[in-house]
Amino acid sequence: MFSRAYKTAVTVPPLAWVAVFLLVPYLLMFGYSFWSVSPVQTIVHAWNLDNYKELLRKPVYWQTLLRSMWIAARVMLFSLLLGYPLAYFLSFYAGKRKDLLYQMVIIPLWVSYLVRAYAWKTILGADGVLNTSLQYAHLITHPLDFLLYSPFAVVLTLTHIYTPFTFLPIYAALEHIPRNLVEASHDLGATPAQTFWKVIFPLSIPGVLAGATFAFVLSLGDFLAPLLLGGPSGIMISNIVVSLFGAAYNWPLGAAISLGMLVLVVSLLFFSERLEKKWSFS
Amino acid sequence: MELLVSGPANASRSRWLLAHAAAVFAFLYLPIVVLILYSFNGQGVGGFPPRNLTLDWYRTLFSDGPIWDSVFNSLQVAFAAMAISLMFGVPAALALDRAQFPGKALFRRLVLLPLILPGIITGLSLLMLFNLGFVAAALKLVTGQQLSLLTITLGHGTALISVATTEVFAGLQKLDRAQEEASLDLGANYWQTFWRVTVPNLKLPIIGAALLIFTLSMDEIAVSFFLIGRDNTLPLEIWGRLRRGITPEINAVSTIIFVFSLVTIVFWYRLRVRSENGTDVGMELIEAAEGGSK
Repeated sequence: MFSRAYKTAVTVPPLAWVAVFLLVPYLLMFGYSFWSVSPVQTIVHAWNLDNYKELLRKPVYWQTLLRSMWIAARVMLFSLLLGYPLAYFLSFYAGKRKDLLYQMVIIPLWVSYLVRAYAWKTILGADGVLNTSLQYAHLITHPLDFLLYSPFAVVLTLTHIYTPFTFLPIYAALEHIPRNLVEASHDLGATPAQTFWKVIFPLSIPGVLAGATFAFVLSLGDFLAPLLLGGPSGIMISNIVVSLFGAAYNWPLGAAISLGMLVLVVSLLFFSERLEKKWSFS
Repeated sequence: MELLVSGPANASRSRWLLAHAAAVFAFLYLPIVVLILYSFNGQGVGGFPPRNLTLDWYRTLFSDGPIWDSVFNSLQVAFAAMAISLMFGVPAALALDRAQFPGKALFRRLVLLPLILPGIITGLSLLMLFNLGFVAAALKLVTGQQLSLLTITLGHGTALISVATTEVFAGLQKLDRAQEEASLDLGANYWQTFWRVTVPNLKLPIIGAALLIFTLSMDEIAVSFFLIGRDNTLPLEIWGRLRRGITPEINAVSTIIFVFSLVTIVFWYRLRVRSENGTDVGMELIEAAEGGSK
């Protein structure tokens, strides 16, 4: 029913925009990662693999990447531990208050990322709300200084930010489970625990995978929380990229790291998608 | 429907879940409560209990020129980004729904990519584009600077096309094409059909996408971080101040933004409740970002 002209009119402008502002920039990043910087700080457009060799040679890049993945893995785990039971409670036990509680999980998402990271900083600092209230209650005499400027602070803040993101797909998966399946399981004599592990949980796995991927991927690339709360021991891979694009002025090396991250993220998405398909019954 | 089970095991189970849910809500809201509370604290950002409650920080805030300049900059960027995202995102959704073209699968993935990729990658790759000789020259010709609010706007507009596309695409799946067909049969041209039939039917997803784009743009920092020129957006202004030390003035401005966001949500919620076929704005987005290929 739609004419050729209509299809062209709706296809060409977005295609052109996306090509110029997404495809070309990603290709540029690809190109940069094979170039180098001359001693006088100009970009040399000679194609070589030096940047990648450098990444493999120097342990600092590997160590930082592994630390970032370890931070992201913890954020993912804690977000699931907080998000899954919450989603389960809302979907199966919250009754009439379900909609209200759902909105209450969403509302923190509307508070700026930066502002929430900042709020944690004011809570965790040496003169922060947590330390001063513990001192006020005479539970401690000296402020606990491991709270702020540590990987702990980064994991805590990112968990706070990504728990609602993890909750959403899990909740959606749980809501899609036909309730008569659950009733059938009970009627056939399964205990609530059996029903959960044999019926509900397997059906929610696609949501769990989606939420887990979200939390992992988004915290892996974060650089603001580490800058604000991480201290020297909380540096993540993106912080290295930021410095390579700033003071250290080595765009090609920074591009190589970014491209590595991009490949890592896209392959994670790919695998999670495959697994989700495998586990989806509908 | 409620779960039709009872018994002591189930009761204790639901008590545990309730306690867990209460704890998670406490965790999610603690920073927000602290943030708001300490915006009224005369003693600065730390210290317990809060003392000398005051509105001074709000007074300081209202006479703080640079903050309001940055708010104004952010509003400009958010409105312009919203226009760009809708202008290209709505047709993109129509194209994905109705047209076949080579590279369609790649196009769909590419549009969604900024949603799930760390902002730093999108930001830096755009910086590389704006750093190309002729692009930089063109930017300087338009704004007098290579990086400016214009580059941030282009970045936000591009990254947030995904929002418009997913929301509108989800709306199109529920749309009855017979109306458009009738309109075309009765002699309206495509342009008239688009504005008088398609858009009114997609009113809710479009408004939802617009609100979401606006809010996301107002908060965006990872992409803006690399594309900033002389003029700061609000998050970057706050970022700059955080590096210099913290004052409750930041709590005050954050509280005001939070209240505005709440008003937006309530507004959206009422709009959604009025239509029976409403969707949860953002839900499609999360599913699309994850599902990717669906």
